Amino acid sequence: MMNTRNNEGKNSALARKAGKKRKASYGMKRSTRFEKIYLGIIFFLMYLPVAVVIIFSFNESKLPVRLTGFSLQWYEKLFADSAMMEALVNSLILGVASCAVSAVIGTLGAVGLSRIHWKTKGALEYISILPLMIPEIILGMVLMAFFYMLNLPFGMLTLLIGHTVFCIPYILMEVKARLVGMDPSLEEAARDLGATSMRAFFDITLPLIMPAVASGSLLAFAMSMDDVVISIFINGPRLSTLPIKVYTQIKTGVTPEINALCTIMLAFTVVILLVYSLIKKLKRKYK
Amino acid sequence: MNKLIELKNLTKNFDDQQVLRGINLDIYENEFLTLLGPSGCGKTTTLRIIAGFEEPSGGEVLFNGIEISKLPPYKREVNTVFQKYALFPHLNVAENIGFGLNLKKMDKDVIAQKVRKMLKMVGLEGFEKRDVTLLSGGQQQRVAIARALVNEPKILLLDEPLGALDAKIRKQMQIELKKIQQEVGITFIYVTHDQEEALSMSDTVVVMNNGEIQQIGSPTDIYNEPENRFVAGFIGESNIIEGIMIRDYLVQFDGFEFECVDKGFEDNEEIEVVLRPEDLDIVEPSQAKINGVVRNVTFKGVHYEILVETELRTYKVQTTDYAEVGRQVGLKFGPEDIHVMYRMGAY
Repeated sequence: MMNTRNNEGKNSALARKAGKKRKASYGMKRSTRFEKIYLGIIFFLMYLPVAVVIIFSFNESKLPVRLTGFSLQWYEKLFADSAMMEALVNSLILGVASCAVSAVIGTLGAVGLSRIHWKTKGALEYISILPLMIPEIILGMVLMAFFYMLNLPFGMLTLLIGHTVFCIPYILMEVKARLVGMDPSLEEAARDLGATSMRAFFDITLPLIMPAVASGSLLAFAMSMDDVVISIFINGPRLSTLPIKVYTQIKTGVTPEINALCTIMLAFTVVILLVYSLIKKLKRKYK
Repeated sequence: MNKLIELKNLTKNFDDQQVLRGINLDIYENEFLTLLGPSGCGKTTTLRIIAGFEEPSGGEVLFNGIEISKLPPYKREVNTVFQKYALFPHLNVAENIGFGLNLKKMDKDVIAQKVRKMLKMVGLEGFEKRDVTLLSGGQQQRVAIARALVNEPKILLLDEPLGALDAKIRKQMQIELKKIQQEVGITFIYVTHDQEEALSMSDTVVVMNNGEIQQIGSPTDIYNEPENRFVAGFIGESNIIEGIMIRDYLVQFDGFEFECVDKGFEDNEEIEVVLRPEDLDIVEPSQAKINGVVRNVTFKGVHYEILVETELRTYKVQTTDYAEVGRQVGLKFGPEDIHVMYRMGAY
């Protein structure tokens, strides 16, 4: 993952260089302006709906057609809505729990994969990230059928298992990429200096892959927080997560309350993304 | 001197590839021993078996007479300096060096004191709090050496430790490593493919190729008395000529008979002769048996490298005298310049 990022960086640097060269030879001014306009349109179209939601979440009127004035009433209403708050708590618990479980499993899996040299290693790697490729609706259905067969009561436990299934690959991929770039003699050096394999792992390998575990976990958490499709199959009759709640509310029409909720979630996502990129930056320091 | 390590008929297979084909080697206390050979010759594998990172497929590893080949690395009185240093990037210099002592649950003050002493020895006083990733290659190398030596091992293993350094620092580190070895008075086992490094630092050089030991000897022996074509070709430059040992002290090659100082071969045995380029002199054709034409002259700084083409082959000559291309010359050498070796299979 890191490598592709670096390559992208290199490519864009090359492209910039090439662009400069051409500019120097036969004025690219018009073309540059066109590029900027094009980029502006794309971003405008992409983020217009988001902006509308944010703006209307602060709107006084209940109807999403006219701006009548600034108000925080929808946020107040949202926080007063106990069902909504319960869903939020459920989502947070689920996100943190599935994230923690899959961090352990994913990290162990990646470390294990990095140590074997079987002929089936490639296939094993594909299988372990397959949940990302399987369409969510199928994964959700399959999980539901499976839990039904096992006679598991639908609720937090089934949600936790389901979310862990699709969270593991994110952590596994991040940690695996980190391990590929790590000098295998680091762990050997630790063993050479008197550490058992266990100590070598906890003293050397784990601290070094921790940034990858953290960034993978953040991604996984974000994925768990906004999952509707899989959750809806396995959530059980009474338990509701935040995305499910939003989904069911929208069926009865968009209320400004939902706008407010979306705005909060958006802000939350932005914060996660910022932390994620910060971790990435720190990770590069150790390269 | 006491034997510290004995390798007995050591073999190692990776999948179906045999990388060690029966290594027998005794390593003594306080010895600077170098395993020298081209990449893939098995020198690093031998080192890793002594360190405990690999288990041999066959044979024995004795340490002070006790079989240790199944012992994990952390139970061996051996420490390693790795090729790419393998310093722990999340720990500072002092934490890196103190890593082994910390595992032994030593007192913090004792550790700090030992670390300071080690840093002094490798010339990095006051570097305790530095970030290891920001040190230069040479400095990282010193930290790696200090980290290994602070545990007071009986043997220090060094896996091409200077390979990543530039030429000037490498020379300097060679001298320093030798000094450190004499100072701490323990056995160093050094792996390298650089023959100059091996010759200038070692007490004993072990030349390896294809998973077998080709020759064990002092640097002078290895250079002056190579046992076979591989050793002669790998160490220094040489002219290798097939010939016949007519009897003791008389050898024939290139159609002439020469007096030499070698004996102990069978009469009329097929042998090979080594003539080092620096032992050959360019003289007037009438003064030498072997004559030829100068084909190429390269100025190398201290000397000229001259290629002389004779009827049968091209000789490489290193001399301070200049000879212009196209000139008819003779090649002169004395009996002590001829070194006779056993002939071996194709290389």
